[in-house]
Amino acid sequence: MSPAAEHPLVQFHAVRFGYAERPILDGLTLALPRGRVTAVLGASGGGKTTLLRLIGGQQRAQSGQVLFDGQEVGALGNEALYAVRRRMGMLFQFGALFTDLNVFDNVAFPLREQTRLSEALIRDIVLMKLDAVGLRGARALMPSEISGGMARRVALARAIALDPELVLYDEPFAGLDPISLGTIARLVRQLNDAMGLTSILVSHDVHETLAIADHVVVLANGRVAAQGSPQQVRQSSDPLVHQFIHAEPEGPVHFHYPAASVADDYGLGARP
Amino acid sequence: MTHKALSQIGLSVRLWLASLGYGARLLLRLFVLLPTVLRRYTLLRDQIHFLGNYSLAIIGVSGLFVGFVLALQGYYILNQFGSTEVLGLLVALSLIRELGPVIGALLFAGRAGTSLTAEIGLMKAGEQLSAMEMMAVDPVARILAPRFWAGVIVLPVLVTVFSAVGILGGWLVGVPLLGVDGAAYWGQMQGGVDVWADVGNSLVKGLVFGVAVTFIALLQGYLATPTPEGVARATTRTVVMASLAVLGLDFVLTALMFGV
Repeated sequence: MSPAAEHPLVQFHAVRFGYAERPILDGLTLALPRGRVTAVLGASGGGKTTLLRLIGGQQRAQSGQVLFDGQEVGALGNEALYAVRRRMGMLFQFGALFTDLNVFDNVAFPLREQTRLSEALIRDIVLMKLDAVGLRGARALMPSEISGGMARRVALARAIALDPELVLYDEPFAGLDPISLGTIARLVRQLNDAMGLTSILVSHDVHETLAIADHVVVLANGRVAAQGSPQQVRQSSDPLVHQFIHAEPEGPVHFHYPAASVADDYGLGARP
Repeated sequence: MTHKALSQIGLSVRLWLASLGYGARLLLRLFVLLPTVLRRYTLLRDQIHFLGNYSLAIIGVSGLFVGFVLALQGYYILNQFGSTEVLGLLVALSLIRELGPVIGALLFAGRAGTSLTAEIGLMKAGEQLSAMEMMAVDPVARILAPRFWAGVIVLPVLVTVFSAVGILGGWLVGVPLLGVDGAAYWGQMQGGVDVWADVGNSLVKGLVFGVAVTFIALLQGYLATPTPEGVARATTRTVVMASLAVLGLDFVLTALMFGV
């Protein structure tokens, strides 16, 4: 095992989280290796986004621990939590760009808020980050004037503006055309390697995700159903993992939501 | 059945108390954040421009028409007693003491409060507030506080504009149109309106209403369910709650200021 994997950047220890009666994460234990692209796969509503929100401290585990570089995120006070967040960047599902700011100002936002750099230096950094995502020329456009794929790339430039150690991607491929999708996937991989990042990518787009990930975690029923290299996960014999990876409509996860029997619902059984 | 109903009542009371406590803490934080807001005056300036300048038209026009009808109705009554020369005083005191602050605040709730609620609610729905939190930027300090203080600063000014335009409107109807003596209109007003007791209290009312309306608008936006329906409901609640708060507070303030 490499030294990077021995000291994971993010760890989950028996984490439980849920709303009312419905558990979302149920005793999740997981270590996410440093310097790698880790993909977390799972069905919609399966706790993938919750996982990211727990790492960022936007939600707190009901029991168990979430550790970022050895610090328990859920136990941090406001100041310490903000200090930890400065070491993270997050790409939201639809970019979450500030709609009242143009592309340039969106990327400059974290720099202006968190640093005392001069405007000239901020300009250079912003243009470099925009160049990294191929949008240096789009700096003057408003978020309403760019496509979904471009918005995602601007948000990515904003997420890496402060050179974070960890970048969290919440469904980066959702709703993109194939070209934008390929661009984003390539960027995730390139930025991870060029900037020495640790990336955690939450998705249900199996094909693209497996193509760029170093490490894959499949979540099901609030726990880890399988993990390993993309190859290992593809070959998993677990029926649930198999159903998910191969997109089969029937398997351990059923097509029908639990319901009363057909006979009862249509009133067929009780007739004399 | 009774058990379930009781526990439902208990739950809603607890939720209500929790939201009350949350609101009180948020209001306190907004007050504490004043120095931060002043340090970043450009954010405050932009909000003052947005909330104040864009409300000027509706405040001015409404003030004018309220002044018109006050003069008409006042003249009708006063004429029966042959004392139309106090029309100026009647118009001025009505506007400065009550109508200026109250109608000004109600219009402000409808014009600026709703836009604040919708803006914050939609920022929440678009995960912009979450994104800000993840950038280690506190949305309360960055987004809510400048808007809150802009509202608090702007409303007393708008209230004053409302009253001033209303007094001019009263003059337009009273003096050139109905033939009230111009010197009496202004003279009675000058003698009867006290700078501290009337104009000062009017500004205090504007300030208090500014706190109430802006805070309610921001809180509703901040707590809105992040869906189109949620934002719609929050905007409606802003108008309803802010209007009721203004009218309720006005009664309390009038009782305190002008004696019972």
